[in-house]
Amino acid sequence: MTTETANESNRIRRSHRHIFAENVFRQALFLVGLALIVLILGVMITLAWQSIPSIKEIGLKYLWGKTWDPVSDVYGAFPFLLGTILTSFTALILSIPFSFAVAVFLGEYYPAGWVSNLLKNTIELIAAVPSVIYGFWGLAVLVPMVRGLETALGVNPVGMGIFTSALILAIMIIPYAATLGRTMIQMVPSPLKEAAYSLGATRWEVIKTVIFPYTKSGLFAGVLLSLGRALGETMAVTMVIGNTSILPKNIFSPGNTMASVIANEFAEADHPVYRAALIELGLVLFLVTVVINMFGKHLISRFTHE
Amino acid sequence: MVHSNIKFRLGKSIFFQVLTVLLASACVVPLVAILLYILGAGFNTIRTSGFSFLVNLPKPVGETGGGIANALMGSIIIILVASIIAIPIGILGGIFLSENKKSKVAYWAGLCIDILQGVPSIVIGIVAYFWFVKPMGGFSALSGSLALAIMMLPIVVRSTEETLKLLPDSLREAAFSLGMPFHRVILKVIVPCGFSGIISGVMLSVARIAGETAPLLFTAFGNPYLSTDVLRPMQSLPLLIFNYATSPYNEWHDLAWGASLILLTFVLLLNILTKILTNKWKVQF
Repeated sequence: MTTETANESNRIRRSHRHIFAENVFRQALFLVGLALIVLILGVMITLAWQSIPSIKEIGLKYLWGKTWDPVSDVYGAFPFLLGTILTSFTALILSIPFSFAVAVFLGEYYPAGWVSNLLKNTIELIAAVPSVIYGFWGLAVLVPMVRGLETALGVNPVGMGIFTSALILAIMIIPYAATLGRTMIQMVPSPLKEAAYSLGATRWEVIKTVIFPYTKSGLFAGVLLSLGRALGETMAVTMVIGNTSILPKNIFSPGNTMASVIANEFAEADHPVYRAALIELGLVLFLVTVVINMFGKHLISRFTHE
Repeated sequence: MVHSNIKFRLGKSIFFQVLTVLLASACVVPLVAILLYILGAGFNTIRTSGFSFLVNLPKPVGETGGGIANALMGSIIIILVASIIAIPIGILGGIFLSENKKSKVAYWAGLCIDILQGVPSIVIGIVAYFWFVKPMGGFSALSGSLALAIMMLPIVVRSTEETLKLLPDSLREAAFSLGMPFHRVILKVIVPCGFSGIISGVMLSVARIAGETAPLLFTAFGNPYLSTDVLRPMQSLPLLIFNYATSPYNEWHDLAWGASLILLTFVLLLNILTKILTNKWKVQF
């Protein structure tokens, strides 16, 4: 009798302990979830808060001011905005034909087999190479090549500049649009394609009139993700863009992007407004990439849930 | 007339197929070029200074026989500390997202993970500077690890969530019907079943942060001496490559090529290993 009650009370104690542990575990999970939200809000608030001195001092003129001269306390971010836009969009234009070709190659022409497997894995590895290594390679290989091209074209042969950065970026962003595009193209229902074939369409006509229109939004989302990556890329660009705060005159001139100017100047910015101006660049970069990525993700989820 | 039109369309189709194949194969060229170049330059370093550059400390410019021991050590410490911080939180986050699909908090947390994945690494660097470096009173390896941990989180959370979502509900229900409490069901049944997927995510996230430089610029900062104190500035491989590559000295370039070879080998091997394991375990994300 006594052992039975002892067993009973043991069991009750154990299940109390279990219920307690269960609640603690649930709460811990909830706290982690909450912490993730707080993290992003914290990032946003920190950036906004720390850039207040510059917003107060300079105001909206910051965005189209053409001179960035910390020595005389003038901060205009336009050269960096222009540098970022020029590098990213040039990179995008250069990389799109290639990433779409990969997407069509893997999604439609050769979806299986060891060759396409190899290509698929290689493309994914492009995204794995650290950006500082792209930068170093660009410095050693691309810069002399671009210098040669500039001499041939009769431009001032610097080698480092917006075009070189765009070349590096174009390589780096191929995988994003390619992998997503491949997934989207594989999701095109085969009855649609077969209907087009039965009407006498050639393979290219099927791709042009069935696959591309059907996957339009998905392909666009891939381009957006590539763009988001290109805008925020720091190290590779910093190493080959030439780092000057002068407004770039043409596509070969050296310049700076938002990310590269932060990387170069943040550690040595001793002046509160100077530092805040750099953080404001970070804030702009953050907001732009968030909007682009969210829009891209929205397009993807709409496409996959249709 | 009709005949030639069909011929033209067929020709066009073949033309575009050839073009696609050409453009797609051209994408392999840069990666192969980078690999070959770094293999060449890295082995050149190993040939001239032997493997001792891995265990030697940097020497002043002009002296030969310098090495990258401090960066190698620093990278290992920084990555280890970042993993210790990020992996448990990331896995818990993933469990939370997969267990509470309908809750509001989970929806917003998922959105935040998406946002975090797209945040440029330099922005993480700035934020880490204000969160960790300023309160701690100076650059430190720990702040660098924390910055990298933030970058690891989205990958670990997402891979854990996707893996656990694929497990059949009957598994969970069977465990519950035996009277197991919630935390035991998760920790002893669900997580072990999804172990392969979680591990692949962890490996990918380590590979991702191993080469990150931008968040370390204002946190770990770099250090020309060997240091194992996580509260002091520390060198790491990517920082060393960046500093030496942009320096004008040839000896430093050679060391940077050696370091690049080590870093690239580590990152690519980790990626390939993950691929092989995910194929073997049939993990799907």
